[in-house]
Amino acid sequence: MNVFDIIGPIMVGPSSSHTAGAVRIGKIARAVSGGQPATVTIELFGSFAQTYKGHGTDKAIIAGLLGMAPDDERIKDSLALARELGMAFKFKKSSNKAFHPNTALIMATDSQGKKTIVQGSSVGGGRIMVNRINEINVKFNGEYYTLLVPHHDTPGMIAAVTNLLADQGINIAEMNMYRSQRGGEAMMVIETDQAVNEELVSLIEAVNSVKKAVLIKPIY
Amino acid sequence: MISYDFVQELADKATKKGKCISALVLADQALQMERSQQDLIEEMNKSLQVMAEAASKGLNSGSKSASGLSGGDALKMKQAIHAGQSLGGMVLSETLAKALAIAEVNACMGRIVAAPTAGSCGIIPAVLLTLKEAYDLTEAQVVMSLFTAAGLGMVIAKKASISGAEGGCQAECGSAAAMAAAAAVELMGGTPQMSAHACAIALKSVLGLVCDPVAGLVEVPCVKRNASGAANALIAAEMALAGIESVIPVDEVIAAMKAIGDAMPKTLKETAEGGLADTPTAKKMAREIFR
Ligand code: SF4
Repeated sequence: MNVFDIIGPIMVGPSSSHTAGAVRIGKIARAVSGGQPATVTIELFGSFAQTYKGHGTDKAIIAGLLGMAPDDERIKDSLALARELGMAFKFKKSSNKAFHPNTALIMATDSQGKKTIVQGSSVGGGRIMVNRINEINVKFNGEYYTLLVPHHDTPGMIAAVTNLLADQGINIAEMNMYRSQRGGEAMMVIETDQAVNEELVSLIEAVNSVKKAVLIKPIY
Repeated sequence: MISYDFVQELADKATKKGKCISALVLADQALQMERSQQDLIEEMNKSLQVMAEAASKGLNSGSKSASGLSGGDALKMKQAIHAGQSLGGMVLSETLAKALAIAEVNACMGRIVAAPTAGSCGIIPAVLLTLKEAYDLTEAQVVMSLFTAAGLGMVIAKKASISGAEGGCQAECGSAAAMAAAAAVELMGGTPQMSAHACAIALKSVLGLVCDPVAGLVEVPCVKRNASGAANALIAAEMALAGIESVIPVDEVIAAMKAIGDAMPKTLKETAEGGLADTPTAKKMAREIFR
């Protein structure tokens, strides 16, 4: 914690958890789907579902999907802006209580028909926790440079990828492996202290068994 | 390095070094964040600019929030001031107007600085910006006083809470008032010990205040609680500057706030299930908004 966690962030109101956090979840979904989706369906849970209209949670998530930051004054006009920019969207309310009360599940489809699922929770003070990418349950907060590396679960994967990071002098702050089943689809989530560049992303993508690598820049 | 475990520690260290709390916090934060002091000052100055913009926007807009629950009160307050209807003097009236203004901008999805939260964002800027105008203080002085506010806020966040969902409104608007009071004391030339007392006095006045937003929205009673929180900060600062001390030491007050917050039922912590949110009028409004 530092002084700017207390006096800050600069944000658009009215609620750090329902507005600023929601923008961030939208931004992550945009990064994972590789840009602005063509259509999105957003399912809201708990308090997000109950109060989204009053808190502008819907506008905030759409703003994030359009690439806006939490202090962007266009957030309140984001729904109209999305229509202008050709991003179709739909909101659904869910009464499923199994999730954290401030949770959104974003299903995005790009113009090629490729689908991406991102689920995240707003955990207070504008901070978030991403808990699902496509079919894999994950856990990261987007405060670091974050690399998502979906791959086929085979031996030696971690060393192959982390060596590439080490070669460029990049320190790993946290790293986790998630998989649906042994030998099945898996995902590495690597959070780094230093900035990661696109060149490194391509090098990782060239590793055998890696399907693709997604870089998410810090969302703060 | 400072631990930010005790407000008294901040005040004592500052006293011993003959510094302001703000200078102590700034130096420590620069070390901890591995950034230059000038860099931190510039970042804090940006926040001050956003605060000032929000105040002037809110004072002139008068527009309603999306839910229709709030908006227009800052304008009324401003008009009353212009009509010469100030009861408690210009500093108080101007402070109230700015606190309402910034809280209304927040409710209308305008740009604000969470201080310490979005719900309580009007309190600290209203107090500090009004004192700046009334006593011809410099921008640099106000920026420094924000480091005092932040330093104390870090202690409160660490030892108790600054979130309504965790500790009730005492933790949000109460903490903001306590931080503003301490900063105001420093800005007006008081000692670090006086700042600590101001913090304690402001917090004591709102112990037990619950978080009960109508329809779960940060509008009613939040906008007006920003005004009362700002007034609370002013009176606590004024008492502390007069040499009045808090009988209960500041860190014990913070511990008491934590204990009260923990004992507070869930219905009174931002869930909109109790307090004002559970009144017939509030329930009717909630039904209309979410229809
Ligand atoms: S009532 Fe609750 S939501 Fe409103 S300002 Fe107080 S703590 Fe924040």
